[in-house]
Amino acid sequence: MSSQAVHQEGQQHPIAIYLWIWGLLFVLSAMSYMVDYLEFQGYLRWSLIIIFMLLKAGLIVAVFMHMMWERMAIICAILIPPGVILILIALMAWEAEYTFLTRLLFFEGPTIVTE
Amino acid sequence: MAESHMLPGVPGQTPGMRGLVSDWASDQMAFKNVPWGKAMMWIFLLSDTFIFSCFLISYMTVRMSTVEPWPSPSEVFALHLFGRDIPLILIAIMTFILITSSGTMAMAVKFGYEKNRTATFWLLCVTALFGATFVGMQAFEWTKLIVEEGVRPWGNPMGAAQFGATFFMITGFHGTHVSIGVIFLLIIAFKVRRGDLDDERPGFLTGRKGRYEIVETLGLYWHFVDLVWVFIFAFFYLW
Repeated sequence: MSSQAVHQEGQQHPIAIYLWIWGLLFVLSAMSYMVDYLEFQGYLRWSLIIIFMLLKAGLIVAVFMHMMWERMAIICAILIPPGVILILIALMAWEAEYTFLTRLLFFEGPTIVTE
Repeated sequence: MAESHMLPGVPGQTPGMRGLVSDWASDQMAFKNVPWGKAMMWIFLLSDTFIFSCFLISYMTVRMSTVEPWPSPSEVFALHLFGRDIPLILIAIMTFILITSSGTMAMAVKFGYEKNRTATFWLLCVTALFGATFVGMQAFEWTKLIVEEGVRPWGNPMGAAQFGATFFMITGFHGTHVSIGVIFLLIIAFKVRRGDLDDERPGFLTGRKGRYEIVETLGLYWHFVDLVWVFIFAFFYLW
């Protein structure tokens, strides 16, 4: 608590950086909207969506949420645990594939009809 | 303590891995100089990350495993404007509104630490206004989907029944977060204008002294809501 005085002012950064990031987020959002508007398909579409999404998320966390100026201890405590989500994604994708194949095998004949 | 490793420019902070080890090894407060409320907000947001992840992963699972065609979000969320159908336009506008509110929130935090009461108050109010606009547009979107398109949580005329279930669950939970955020934005804006934070008046709920840190803590929550929308926009609407 003795060092409280050092950080009493909290996070202070020039306003220009917020405006820049704001502008960048606008551009990135416009670009991800264009992916849909220009009707890109397949791997091009999916990779562009993921790239723009990660860039936007990174900018928000790093600058707007001040993560880049926080100490290493809090960065690791907050940003590492969500990594385990990747394992859940892999497991559930595996499970979904299996369900899908089972449904193809047992629900329907060669043609897939609704109802 | 670790004074010898400290950077001259950042008082009280040891950089990089060395800082991580000395923080965790010091057997006391792990997050030094991080206000209590801010650390707790981060940990709350971490748990919220897992909740939203579970929703989005469930959505992935049902979308991958259905044998019926998935309704095209591009067409479902199109609006008829200027004599033609513009794909996903409502969602794009909502995205820009939420990003704008994030920008005004970031500036509110900055002016808060500068103890500029008027600017902080108005920026918080503008942020709340954008948030309320977002929720309003979401209500419009839900109404259109339920009344005109006939989407229900258990089925819809366009294809896979799971579409409605995941859509209402995910956007509903996100909209709830935005609504709660708007309420807290207004509460904090009111406290800022009344001078509670300058006079360090105790809060009505926790009794802790008013500080401008709470504007930053609230900002974390608000940016998180924007962050979640980035993922929903990518995976639900664009995919």
